[in-house]
Amino acid sequence: MAEEKKLFKVKIDNISVEVEPGTSILNAARRIGGDIVPPAMCYYSKLQGSGGKCRTCLVKVTKGSEADPRPMPKLVASCRTNVMDGMEVANITSPEVQEARKGVVEFLLLNHPLDCPVCDQAGECHLQDLSYEHGADTTRYEFKRRTFDRIDIGDKIQLHMTRCILCYRCVFTADQMTEKREHGVLGRGEAAEIGTYIQQSLDNNFIGNVIDVCPVGALTDKTFRFKNRVWFLKPVDAHRDCHDPKCCGKTVLWMRGDEVFRVTARKDKYGEVEEWICDTCRFDKKDVKDWTIEGPRKIERQSVISQGHYVGVHKPKDTLVEVLEGRQPKLLLDIHDISEVNRPEIDLSQIDGPAHSDDFNKK
Amino acid sequence: MFSEEKLNKVKEIIARYPAGKQKSALIPLLHLAQEEFGGWLSAETMDYVASLLQIKPIEVYEVATFYSMFNLKPVGKYVFEVCQTGPCMLRGSDNIIDYIKKKLDIGVGETTNDGLFTLKTVECLGACGYAPMMQLGKHFREHLTPEKVDAIIEECRVKAN
Amino acid sequence: MGRKLLFDKAHIEGIRYYDVYRANGGYGSAEKALKSMKPEEVLEEVKKSGLRGRGGAGFPTGMKWSFIAKPEGVPRYLVCNADESEPGTFKDRYLMEFIPHLLIEGLLISSYTLGCNSCYIYIRGEYAWIPEILEQAIAEAKKNGWLGKNIQGTGFDLEIYVQRGAGAYICGEETALIESLEGKRGNPRIKPPFPAVKGLWDCPTVVNNVETLAAVVPILRIGGDEYAKYGIGKSTGTKLISACGNINKPGVYEIEMNISVEEFIYSDEYCGGIANGKRLKACIPGGSSVPILPANLLLKTAKGEQRMMTYEGLADGGFATGTMLGSGGFIVLDEDQCIVKNTLTFARFYHHESCGQCSPCREGTGWMKRVLQNIENGKGKMSDIDLLWDIQRKIEGNTICPLGDAAAWPVAAAIRHFRDEFEWHVLHPEEATKRNFGLAHYADPLEIAAPAAV
Repeated sequence: MAEEKKLFKVKIDNISVEVEPGTSILNAARRIGGDIVPPAMCYYSKLQGSGGKCRTCLVKVTKGSEADPRPMPKLVASCRTNVMDGMEVANITSPEVQEARKGVVEFLLLNHPLDCPVCDQAGECHLQDLSYEHGADTTRYEFKRRTFDRIDIGDKIQLHMTRCILCYRCVFTADQMTEKREHGVLGRGEAAEIGTYIQQSLDNNFIGNVIDVCPVGALTDKTFRFKNRVWFLKPVDAHRDCHDPKCCGKTVLWMRGDEVFRVTARKDKYGEVEEWICDTCRFDKKDVKDWTIEGPRKIERQSVISQGHYVGVHKPKDTLVEVLEGRQPKLLLDIHDISEVNRPEIDLSQIDGPAHSDDFNKK
Repeated sequence: MFSEEKLNKVKEIIARYPAGKQKSALIPLLHLAQEEFGGWLSAETMDYVASLLQIKPIEVYEVATFYSMFNLKPVGKYVFEVCQTGPCMLRGSDNIIDYIKKKLDIGVGETTNDGLFTLKTVECLGACGYAPMMQLGKHFREHLTPEKVDAIIEECRVKAN
Repeated sequence: MGRKLLFDKAHIEGIRYYDVYRANGGYGSAEKALKSMKPEEVLEEVKKSGLRGRGGAGFPTGMKWSFIAKPEGVPRYLVCNADESEPGTFKDRYLMEFIPHLLIEGLLISSYTLGCNSCYIYIRGEYAWIPEILEQAIAEAKKNGWLGKNIQGTGFDLEIYVQRGAGAYICGEETALIESLEGKRGNPRIKPPFPAVKGLWDCPTVVNNVETLAAVVPILRIGGDEYAKYGIGKSTGTKLISACGNINKPGVYEIEMNISVEEFIYSDEYCGGIANGKRLKACIPGGSSVPILPANLLLKTAKGEQRMMTYEGLADGGFATGTMLGSGGFIVLDEDQCIVKNTLTFARFYHHESCGQCSPCREGTGWMKRVLQNIENGKGKMSDIDLLWDIQRKIEGNTICPLGDAAAWPVAAAIRHFRDEFEWHVLHPEEATKRNFGLAHYADPLEIAAPAAV
């Protein structure tokens, strides 16, 4: 009879969970879910050897284990530290962790161009989410930021190194998904960069996955570049019968009307792809007829793309009314009286798809 | 391409590691290649080293760009690598660097027009007790003074002729 | 004269060569270990000796050795860390250059104890002429039956190889060193697993500093108990100190760990006092990464006691008023030196040497350097000093490897003890480019706090 596996009891921010030995603190936290899950910019559960580098997932181990209850002297990277039986971890309950994380975010943003308004990743960028949740509102860095030239690695992928946070995920992806890795980390320290050394295109049917694993806008899909903002698009689950045995053929199509703007793998709530897809599916199948559409994709992340519905939002306080001590302002002109478009009786959230002028013309 | 003699050396180096671990020979081979092919590593040289070790070229580029002793651009025949870290600074390395700049009429990182000398500043080389110092080829030149620098430059000029 | 264990025969002409080394008792310890002792017995002697890692961390060597995993059928490796790159440290170079056989004998005994049959000496690339010296010594040892197959008829096999690095301070960190030895970038690994379980080529590996391994030879010669009688308390034995900076006699000294810092700096046997008749301003006693101390805290502890040249003595007072023995790179600053400039060179060093793998170190070291550059060049603001303090605090302890700490500590200590010199730089930018702050009050006797009433 198979012996029953002993589970480890772990407490994260005072919430208990039982996990199998060999589970990392981060994955134990993901088992619990919610706010206590540390953010991870470099760890990627599907890529062997990833993690430990960005330091955003640092947590405090306040009790090492039942056997050795001593706390760990330093904060540890939760993605690469395994749980012990009886371990107690503090993440959001530790001011020290929050402070350190704020520091890490500041370091990550130090040389980041903050060019979100022109970045294709904006709206689904993990660095945006991280800065919003853990960052400071100003920068204390007064020096010139590091810049690199944009390079095309092949006709489908653009590398914008200036935005890179050196998570190494794309290197692991190329190592583990393709036969021959042609790009890597060059240089050292602050000058380290992702590159091919001798400029060459990355030629492999799975290299497009580097776009999906990139947490920032450093690797972007050239077939989608500047075509649309992600939050204007409607994600739908779709599949096709892909001939590549390594490709799952299950994707998300980002559509507007009948037009397929881009194809990505399906990602879970931590932004990790569920299954890998090939470059043919990603770059070459941009016609609805290529796909069997399953239905709308629910995006479970906190980024902008999941905020596409406006029902039940709290309106901001009307400061004008406040200033007038409760008296309603007397409008000299109500915009709705003359505007053909801004009609208050039309609920934007009830409009199927992006709003068109037709929607407002309907009487 | 390495000569027969150097290829034997390559074999000897690879034999230091267990079977299948020949990638460990990468740094020694890059040193060998740099000495052999003009004091720097061109892309072709690196690709050649990759082929000798049966590894991907990118693995060589990654390593060559990490270590400060590998030159990825051509350098002068004699490279003055002057240490500027704390202990050398305390003993006046700034003056030595300034002196060499003036004497050779080049800036840090530059090569003289005749292609003879390159001046580089480096971080601690482990000769702090004998400061100020610089590395020239395989050897250290220590307790530097302007007079000593003059003598070294002269010595190199004589050797080059 | 202090007692010596490593350099006791260093003055003998030709000690670099096998015949002279052997004629002066060399390989006696190896003979004793291999022929009359079991590996466990050697380990016991090393444990009894209280030997602590001489590379900087000071971890007990015997304990480190006892952690090595011994899975069946998997080779184990001993790696000698000769990457010596900590600014101020140049002791291993001396040892390898002048008494290479001492290291080889130490490697032989250690490999026998750990059950390793291959051993790699990873030496920093810039020491380009030393591999030849070591390889010549290895060849001599081999010729005389101390290396190779069936050493001295004992059935023990050992090969020693020399591997040159290529310019990377980070490769002195043991897991980065292993990566480099595997032909990769010197990116430190995330621990655990520790090298004792998964090291070189995923096999159990011990990485020790040159001096640590050499010290095994006298331990076996005189016995662990006798070795432990050298020095004070937990600082047993002798330590190589490489002294540099503004002293009369820079060089490598072997000290018994029972002398005071004052004796080390001022006695003719060691540093011979401050050069050019100047006064002592500050000192970094254990290599650039340990906290700098002003003269008044260096010679005496905050309690007013003599500060000793031991692990505990230098660490007395913690980081608030103490420092560390570190790797023994003893850097002395005289009254004419500028603390801001000195700190800047170290910040620049760590910025240059950061591997770039983890964000606090990659981004933070460059930031500290730039802020320090501004202060040094008369463009600093008062708030920059607090900013520096905050940056180092956010790097320290939050990185993959200790390079982050090593970069943070010098900045922290400089601000902690020399804040008024930083402020003077900010307030007098013009003057600061022309002259230095000088000795100021840094050598004034400190008031000793009265012991708290019971």
